[in-house]
Amino acid sequence: MTATLLIEQVLNGLQFGTMLFLMAAGLTLVFGVMGLINLAHGSLYMVGAFAAATAAAATGNFLLALAAALAAAAAAGALVEIVVLRRLYSRDHLDQVLATFALILVFSEGTRWLFGSFPLYLDVPKALSGTVHLGTLSYPLYRLAIIIVGIAVALGLYLLINRTRLGVQIRAGEADREMIAALGIDIARLYTIVFALGAALAGLAGALIGPIQSVQVGMGEPVLIMAFVVVVIGGIGSIKGALVGAILVGITDTLGRFLLPIALASVMDQASATTIGSALASMLIYILMAVILVWRPTGLMGAA
Amino acid sequence: MPDPILKIIGLEKSFGALKATNGVTLDLYPGEIHALIGPNGAGKSTLIKQIVGEIRQDTGTIAFEGQSIDHLDAADRARIGLARTFQVSQVAPELSALKNVMLAVEAREGRVFRFFRPVNRDLGLTDAAMAFLYDAGLGERATVRAGDLSHGERRQLEFAIALAMKPKVFLMDEPMAGLSPDGSKRMTAFLDKLRATAPILLVEHDMEAVFALADRISVLVYGQVIATGTVAEIRANPEVRTAYLGDEAA
Amino acid sequence: MSRETILNLVVLAALFLVALAASLSGQPYLVTLATKATILGLAGIGLNLALGYGGLVSFGHAAFFGIGGYAAGILASAAQNYEPLMTWPVELPGTTSMPIIWLTAVIAAGLVALPIGALSLRTGGVHFIMITLAFAQMVYYFAISWPAYGGEDGLSIYVRNTLGTLDTMSPWTFFLISYALLLLVLGLVLMATRSRFGLALAMARQNPLRLTSMGVRPFNVRLTAFVLSAMAVGLAGALYADLNRFVSPTMLSWHLSGELIVFVILGGVGRPCGPLIGAALYVLLESELGRLTEYWQLPLGIILLLVVLFARGGVIGLVTGRRSHA
Repeated sequence: MTATLLIEQVLNGLQFGTMLFLMAAGLTLVFGVMGLINLAHGSLYMVGAFAAATAAAATGNFLLALAAALAAAAAAGALVEIVVLRRLYSRDHLDQVLATFALILVFSEGTRWLFGSFPLYLDVPKALSGTVHLGTLSYPLYRLAIIIVGIAVALGLYLLINRTRLGVQIRAGEADREMIAALGIDIARLYTIVFALGAALAGLAGALIGPIQSVQVGMGEPVLIMAFVVVVIGGIGSIKGALVGAILVGITDTLGRFLLPIALASVMDQASATTIGSALASMLIYILMAVILVWRPTGLMGAA
Repeated sequence: MPDPILKIIGLEKSFGALKATNGVTLDLYPGEIHALIGPNGAGKSTLIKQIVGEIRQDTGTIAFEGQSIDHLDAADRARIGLARTFQVSQVAPELSALKNVMLAVEAREGRVFRFFRPVNRDLGLTDAAMAFLYDAGLGERATVRAGDLSHGERRQLEFAIALAMKPKVFLMDEPMAGLSPDGSKRMTAFLDKLRATAPILLVEHDMEAVFALADRISVLVYGQVIATGTVAEIRANPEVRTAYLGDEAA
Repeated sequence: MSRETILNLVVLAALFLVALAASLSGQPYLVTLATKATILGLAGIGLNLALGYGGLVSFGHAAFFGIGGYAAGILASAAQNYEPLMTWPVELPGTTSMPIIWLTAVIAAGLVALPIGALSLRTGGVHFIMITLAFAQMVYYFAISWPAYGGEDGLSIYVRNTLGTLDTMSPWTFFLISYALLLLVLGLVLMATRSRFGLALAMARQNPLRLTSMGVRPFNVRLTAFVLSAMAVGLAGALYADLNRFVSPTMLSWHLSGELIVFVILGGVGRPCGPLIGAALYVLLESELGRLTEYWQLPLGIILLLVVLFARGGVIGLVTGRRSHA
């Protein structure tokens, strides 16, 4: 094992972490403001990826593909919020779970119906297709770009929430729902905007991951569950927590898969080290979550 | 004089910058009703919550029957004999009044984790619970869902539950709240008899009831006890009059 | 008898009669479908103990379903391949005896549910939903990446396990076995909800503060319900593995956790037979919609949405006109 390899894995972890952050930010925002648990958040990620793949195939332009992903996911989010979810804010979590579970079925099957079961592919844009050299390490430019986009989005969200009128309303909504009514804010509109914003972030994540993985039905679900872990670790409702949790989970997962088999190989033979190491690595973030839960049941940044 | 059954020394509790309890020292003797009065926000409910263990004090100590109970959680404290009633009645709305009380009986007996015998056929349990319901004046309404009881009846159910726990101390958070004048009178008479069962630490706003019932009164203002004494002493205390009673008289 | 009791008896009888008629008229496929509804209903009834009666919205019960299934698969495949189950510290052979498999499944599910429940119950509400989901996912990924038991491909049970001299490969016989276990678990759950423990569980859901002030820790009551519920679901998992003669990580997937919740809500939360009705309806919809379209989950999703939005209280709520818990 060399330092170069390790740095590469850390960067991969960061890249995975930024993807998770884009997902978790929307989840935690929607929960913080509306008190809604949205299982269908992964479907919006999928919608973004399919929109991007379709737009890229039609225009050949990656920026247009990103724009299409943002627009499609935000529109799908707004539509779902207006037609279904706003009726569920006052219901218990059980109803929300069932309704958003049903939405997953609708989205997944609808996408399969429209696009078929075969995965679509999205190419890395030409401008970002090379590698960058950092000392002895050559790293794909595109992955680096994802990290930068993630940091930019985190900054943008910070400014949005702390420096804009919408941000004031969102914070008011998190603190006290009656307060936003007292401030004379159109709550229904605010909720739709927040939901569409979260959906757009998920769609962006889906579009960005498209060139790295294949675009297919069901792609959002593993990411959704990882994003839940992030939200639990970071503390529900906290965007800062989502950022910290996402980086933590991204790096833990990536490094675990890389280091555990190597570490175990020093105490057992190579074959079983690989087997046991990868099995353990796949459980690592859940173990991390359990440890943090024992230590701080409301998450790292959650309200006590 | 006998030893106090409950002794609170130097209790402090802060929520951020707010000192909800600021060095409270208080005791309760067997057979007495000790009323705790004070303006809204004086920290009376917070004090009750610390005594029963729902929230932990920052400093100070609470002793029950001569032993510190600081390390015990709320469930433990209930089991050793502290029974509280809530300002807003806390019952299981979907269970009948009888079943609410039956649960208190099984909890006191320490036999909650029994899975097979239907409680309806457990005559020992139902009979005991019925007796407590009758003691609290709710015997006729045993089969009504707690959620369908009137406000006053739910209050009676609270008392039936507290009685079923056979506690050594009652801690009551505003039992008169929301009762009609008539209901308050009946509650006063009920509490007057209850002191024979176990001593009562009574948080109450209804001064008429307090003056009729209390053996001693403590006045809590801004998290501090500014006076403790008999009804006559408290009535005559100038500090209390300005801080609290004076406002009402004016 | 209340309308709900009558409905329960009608459903139980109907399930039996459908399977009987299908068996007599030589439609084994239909018998198998009824068996599937029975087993999934059994799992739903188990989940309902935690979810309906305890108010614990677990989105991770697939873990216990799958563990039950794997218990059956591992024991049976060891026996069928004449390999020992383990050699250290003691040598244990596999088995194809259903009662031993059921017992193992129930105990294994309970043992896994204990730490998962203890950790998850440190929180509540939305946290609880996400954490149970995450733990189930952990079990799922473990099953996928651990190669000893088939990994992603799962394990096949070549011949259904044995129960005395019964011909368990006969669809009708296997239906009867499943149906008998369904009745047994239903009876046990009914008994538990009407027992002293049932009172405490109802209080833990409706007013945990009051339960604490009576001297009982809601945590202990909830954890007990969670573990018992997992054990029932584990039993259902073992039966399901025998029904399909196959276990795979699919049995552990979060999708299955969601379906179990669907059974409970579709039938009616906190109703003893609700999950059975829900499961039967779900299996029926699946097979009927599946005949109409390849994309049967689309209409299914829409139906579920309509149920959540407009039919609160589930099917039993619609029939009896009451939403509240029994």
